[in-house]
Amino acid sequence: MSKVDLVRRPMPKQEPAERVRNFDEVALGYPAELAREEAARCLTCKKPGCVDGCPVGIDIPGFLGSVAAGDFGAAIRTVKQTNALPAVCGRVCPQEEQCERNCVLGKKGDPLAIGRLERFVADREAQEGPGQPPPLPPPNGRAIAVVGSGPAGITVAADLALRGYAVTMFEALHEAGGVLTYGIPEFRLPKAIVRREVDYVRSLGVELRLDFVVGKTRTIERLQESFDAIFVGAGAGLPWFLEIPGENLNGVYSANEYLTRCNLMRGFRFPAFDTPLKRSARVAVFGGGNVAMDSARTALRLGADEVHIVYRRSKAELPARAEEAENAEEEGVIFDYLTLPVRLIGERGWLTGIECRRMELGEPDASGRRRPVEIPGSEFVMAMDASVCAIGNSPNPLIPMTTPGLEVGKRGNIVADDDTGRTSRERVWAGGDVVTGAATVISAMGAGRRAARSIHEALSGQAAP
Amino acid sequence: MVTIVERRMIVPNVHLLTVAAPEVAESARPGNFIILRPDEQGERIPLTIADWDTAAGTVSSIFVQVGASTAKLARLKAGDTIPSYAGPLGNETEIANFGTVLLIGGCYGLGSLYPIARALTAAGNKVYAMIEARSSYLLYWQERLAAVVERLIVVTRDGSRGYKGHVTRLSEILALEKISPDRVIAHGCTFQMMTVAKETKPLGIKTIVSMNPIMIDGTGMCGVCRLTVAGQTKFACVDGPEFDGHEVDWEEFFARREGYSAEENEPLHRSGCASHF
Repeated sequence: MSKVDLVRRPMPKQEPAERVRNFDEVALGYPAELAREEAARCLTCKKPGCVDGCPVGIDIPGFLGSVAAGDFGAAIRTVKQTNALPAVCGRVCPQEEQCERNCVLGKKGDPLAIGRLERFVADREAQEGPGQPPPLPPPNGRAIAVVGSGPAGITVAADLALRGYAVTMFEALHEAGGVLTYGIPEFRLPKAIVRREVDYVRSLGVELRLDFVVGKTRTIERLQESFDAIFVGAGAGLPWFLEIPGENLNGVYSANEYLTRCNLMRGFRFPAFDTPLKRSARVAVFGGGNVAMDSARTALRLGADEVHIVYRRSKAELPARAEEAENAEEEGVIFDYLTLPVRLIGERGWLTGIECRRMELGEPDASGRRRPVEIPGSEFVMAMDASVCAIGNSPNPLIPMTTPGLEVGKRGNIVADDDTGRTSRERVWAGGDVVTGAATVISAMGAGRRAARSIHEALSGQAAP
Repeated sequence: MVTIVERRMIVPNVHLLTVAAPEVAESARPGNFIILRPDEQGERIPLTIADWDTAAGTVSSIFVQVGASTAKLARLKAGDTIPSYAGPLGNETEIANFGTVLLIGGCYGLGSLYPIARALTAAGNKVYAMIEARSSYLLYWQERLAAVVERLIVVTRDGSRGYKGHVTRLSEILALEKISPDRVIAHGCTFQMMTVAKETKPLGIKTIVSMNPIMIDGTGMCGVCRLTVAGQTKFACVDGPEFDGHEVDWEEFFARREGYSAEENEPLHRSGCASHF
């Protein structure tokens, strides 16, 4: 056996000074040679920990072997056996906490860049034009309604279409993709890629109904008259605010609003597109997750002079992926750690500044992270003309509000079984953010995969393969 | 994608828009709204539903041409298609037998009050409708409304028909008409609804208003439509759009509605199309 290669191949990126002036994708992806070199580092472990770390159980050593051998077609077929969204997952999954964290190479060197290679094989396939959809079994005569076309819904739709079900996917907005479309910015996940993945699902025979608001256009009860099973992946709901004075001033956004204006409505191209998005000069973003990073980097690209991430804990506790925080830092986002906004200040209805208080880290709290404690008398004011609150959101309320017999938890979430996605209502399954509250793309996909298996078992009376 | 059945200017600057949307028509209830996009570059525009026909599968709204997006709507004609039309959204108007109900409408509200009037009358209420406009030539749907209410009361600011003035004369008009409502429901421009709420507060009449903030998704996701009601933040798209007018923070609401007033007209100036002016 040749010497173990501990050094990860770097992926080309746009330079920070250039990329803050455009909305194009930051990471450029591996060229074929680098991809093969990186894949060749795989030790093909007998018990691959990476697969255990993958919420959808991709045969990772299998597809890496094909990449190393230069058989990219075989590689993407392997990935797509269990993942309907490889180009998306390769970009936005937190691989460092999942597959890559379990990679044995990581013990002495850099773990294998599994996410980058997943992205590589998906992009490679796309360059060669739409491939042949996999062979479909004959229709089994059962109809499935999937509510929401985000990561959970797309996964359920693809899995069940591949098992011969007639699937209709309902989307409330005018474009499919859910958070992939309205939430994650173009520079991190180009919308052309989302469209490509949605087209793939449609190529499996899934019917897509846009502008159809389940719960309002049709209730779940009503849909059950014509569908054998329903999967609810309705996603995120109302944004949380800090509940401090001044949050209804103009210039104060939820991240959902800010990002939706930009991504779904193309506000960054106003006035070519009609939905406006203010070009603010000084922007404060509250929160430390990926959505906060996305908002801050969007503000920079819209031409802000200064963008701050205001986060009440320290750098070590940032929930964002390290890569995204690094990208933000490289681009010039200022991180105000251990800082708590306490009041938003306005004049004539418009935000003009934010009052903050300094924090220090105390004892660890229930989450195991050290609890931030306020330092009395440490208040200070920063001038700002926009703020974006990125501290999370509740699950979408429309279906819980309009579906009798559907058990709903304290946070407004639909209660569903972890292993199967079954809800308290007969023939209704649910998964993704509408069950868990804001989480990751891949965890929603994992929930979709489990629900699809459970639906198939329930309707066919047999265990899924 | 939906097809326009009719788009007609019914009085200056006020348009009726009817589209073929059978599923929306089937689920529509009084007080609901829809969200549409006039074209692929367009904003998502919320419009209150003014009528629907389940058999024909059509839904109608009344809109006022104010900015660039409604100017696009005003150019549509029968047979055209628009890319998006989603609804019905928002909670329906509470319909019960309240006794005597006074509906007060102006602007697009003359239209959106019509299905409410119909439903309240059917529920056994004595329903009166008070409609207001700058001048008589700006009134519309009078016969329709008159057919489903006890009495139609007209107020024009120039006195060209009915009472001269504004809804500020509410208590006086109520006395002259011998009406003592158990509930008032107001639909129309924000200023008029606020005025109604101010007038009815000292009279102790429960007053429902249909709030019309800026919206984007309209499905309980983005949070831009938030307003303060009884000291609490509410979201018009899923908690409303109707609220108790005596509990709304009007000053804040006005400020938030003005958030994009400059940008609303910007595309008009850039369109280079002299036909707007």
